Amino acid sequence: MTLADLKRGDRARIDAVDPVEPSVRRLMVLGLVEGAELECLGGSLGGDPMELRIHGSALSLRRADARRFRVTSTAGAED
Amino acid sequence: MAESASVSIPLENITVSRSVSIAVVGNPNSGKSTLFNRVTGLNQRTANYPGVTVEKRTGKLTLGSRVFNLIDLPGIYSLSPESTDERIVVDVLLGRVAGTPLPDALLAVVDSTRLYQSLFLLQQLAELGRPMVVALTMADAAAEQQIAIDCDALGEKLGGVPVCEVVATTGKGFSALRSCMAEAVDRSDAETPQFWPALRREAVALERDVRGSDLSLVDIERTIIDEDPVGVEAIRRALGPEGDRRIAAHRNSLCGDDPPLAVESRVRYRWISEALPRLQSRAPTPLRWKRRIVDWINRPYPATVLFLALMATVFQAVFAWATPMMDLIDAAAGALGEWVASTLPAGAVASFLADGVIAGVGSVVIFLPQILILFLFIILMEDTGYLARTAFLMDRAMRAVGLSGQSVVPLISGFACAVPSIMATRVIPNRRDRIATIMATPFMTCSARLPIYALLIAAFVPNLTVGFANLQGLVLFGLYLLGILGGVATALLLRKSALRGPKPSFVLALPEFRMPNARTVLMKLADRAWIFLRRAGTVIFAVAVVVWALAYFPRADDIESQRLAAQVEVQAVLEGDALAAEIARIDNEAAAAQLAQSWLGRMGQGVEPLFRPLGWDWRVSAAVIAGFPAREVVVAVLGTIYAVGSEADESSLAERLTSATWPDGRIVFTLPMVLGLLIFYAWCLQCAATLAVIKRETNTWRWPLFAWGYMTALGYVGALLIFQIGSV
Repeated sequence: MTLADLKRGDRARIDAVDPVEPSVRRLMVLGLVEGAELECLGGSLGGDPMELRIHGSALSLRRADARRFRVTSTAGAED
Repeated sequence: MAESASVSIPLENITVSRSVSIAVVGNPNSGKSTLFNRVTGLNQRTANYPGVTVEKRTGKLTLGSRVFNLIDLPGIYSLSPESTDERIVVDVLLGRVAGTPLPDALLAVVDSTRLYQSLFLLQQLAELGRPMVVALTMADAAAEQQIAIDCDALGEKLGGVPVCEVVATTGKGFSALRSCMAEAVDRSDAETPQFWPALRREAVALERDVRGSDLSLVDIERTIIDEDPVGVEAIRRALGPEGDRRIAAHRNSLCGDDPPLAVESRVRYRWISEALPRLQSRAPTPLRWKRRIVDWINRPYPATVLFLALMATVFQAVFAWATPMMDLIDAAAGALGEWVASTLPAGAVASFLADGVIAGVGSVVIFLPQILILFLFIILMEDTGYLARTAFLMDRAMRAVGLSGQSVVPLISGFACAVPSIMATRVIPNRRDRIATIMATPFMTCSARLPIYALLIAAFVPNLTVGFANLQGLVLFGLYLLGILGGVATALLLRKSALRGPKPSFVLALPEFRMPNARTVLMKLADRAWIFLRRAGTVIFAVAVVVWALAYFPRADDIESQRLAAQVEVQAVLEGDALAAEIARIDNEAAAAQLAQSWLGRMGQGVEPLFRPLGWDWRVSAAVIAGFPAREVVVAVLGTIYAVGSEADESSLAERLTSATWPDGRIVFTLPMVLGLLIFYAWCLQCAATLAVIKRETNTWRWPLFAWGYMTALGYVGALLIFQIGSV
């Protein structure tokens, strides 16, 4: 499963990042690294780009970049 | 330099009367600029860094007997630069910018609710080994989310730096921050912490080989990680072709085959995830009600509807809310002009003051209310964080025209003024994306187009209510759409031809929704108003004066003597109202004849054949020509031309335009002609400032010349088509 498969309210942990693209590396600088836990906040028009919350900060990224992050689902939405 | 291996005592530590320079660094949206404004007050200066157009904001702070020079740097997330803005931050921090001394100390600005991401940059800043103070901003937001940050532990982790909690908008915690700064700059005994010892080891090893290159250890580290151009060049100079191999070897032993930036992120965030639980009491979670609202607003369809509704409201507001204030300014300018005309003896001086200065500048200042309302909306969108949301919302649509959501912010700001918007494209890392955005920006309906739109719409579009909207507002909205269409089509064409390339990427940190601070908003708004008025007082004033002189001189004596003779003649046969009307008619005709043979009249007549296919007479042609340096001047010029040409007529400029005729009596301002003129103004690039800023930002004359030729041609053809089709 990758980040791109997450739905609004899904929580996940990043298992592996494939840092081929410069944009993926910029996301890593913003904290999307192995072990980081995050929540999907949904998508823009047509679901792309998507929005994540990590440690309280919102980030947006395109689905093409999201596919470079392998994740494990941790829990559903709590509230 | 602190990292330098030499042990000589720097001379500047001995001399006493030197001001201390402090760099203000932090993530974007960390409240850095608000804090900077608060600390330096009005004691600020804005300039540019040499060779690039990144704004250099400096401010002075006096504490006791010492003067601190603060430099406000653009926001960054790391020392690995992507854009011009980020490049300059790294260069300033490493002391490479001519005219900007290596900062003696750092003031790191950190959003308390975003400690996770901030700690990446904080590690890198601490490793610079310079005295540092950390300001934790938005302490109020952190308290609201019940986050307690252990300032002492954070300072300890970063190598013993003072950490102060502040609220930049209210000024809470600032006296503590100031005394921290005063103390911190004197401390040089602190040990430089190492968060990635392996990197420092590689850098030390490489430094041994290039001794004498005066690269600092941090320079060398950035060279290993980012192939920093300054470092690479210095190492090549020291080692020859072997230099590149040596850098690659160190990089390889540090990172293997992985991209160095990815490895750096993993290492630094491993440290962060270990340290973070001890630094903050709980993970930041925005308040539930705020989340609910944000969550709902971010659903695609509410967001789109909200966006369109907001835009429509802005345009209605620009027209409806501004009217009372505009009427007031109009009345004041009119009364002043009349008073001058009646007080001074008739002649060149009275005409200069009343028709040149007061009418010319007045006709531009009248648009101040509209411009303020527009800027108020844009500033509010910026300060609430909504502008970044629109980038997120519009990314997909922008991709369709070969741009990214990051182009939305410059394009929307283009509705206010193209000059700062073109500067705002600096956040776009890719050069092709950036130039395409720059070329699309001047199409956005800037505030300088508003005066001519407002004038023509008010004069020629009926003030009808269609449903809940006003027809004049709708036409204005249509003109904005026309500008967007032109810009989007231009970007698309360029991305398919001269600027072909890979699709732009889109990575954006979205700020939380925030209540804008009234003080900050007012400061920004006052800044905008001042810029506009200064332009009205200088450029526009100068053009108005030149145009008045061109329209007033030379005076033909035979026209004047004929006028006097004709007056004497009618006085003999008529009396009362009939006499007054006849004298007014004679005065108007004489004035029109004077204008027609003036220099401006001759210029207008000279170019009239070129513009006749668009339905413009020589007056309109002359005004358009005078407007090429700055388009907002055109209203002032029309004001001058028509005021001079009909001195007796006291109706407003709009009414004067309506009654303008060709020599054969046909009306000049017909609907097709007005629509064509509006289209010409929607597309034509009449702004020397925009051309200059395009030149500076693209570093070539090719792009500004192309933009000017292309947009002028587009405006001409658009006006031609509308007039010809409409007049059939």
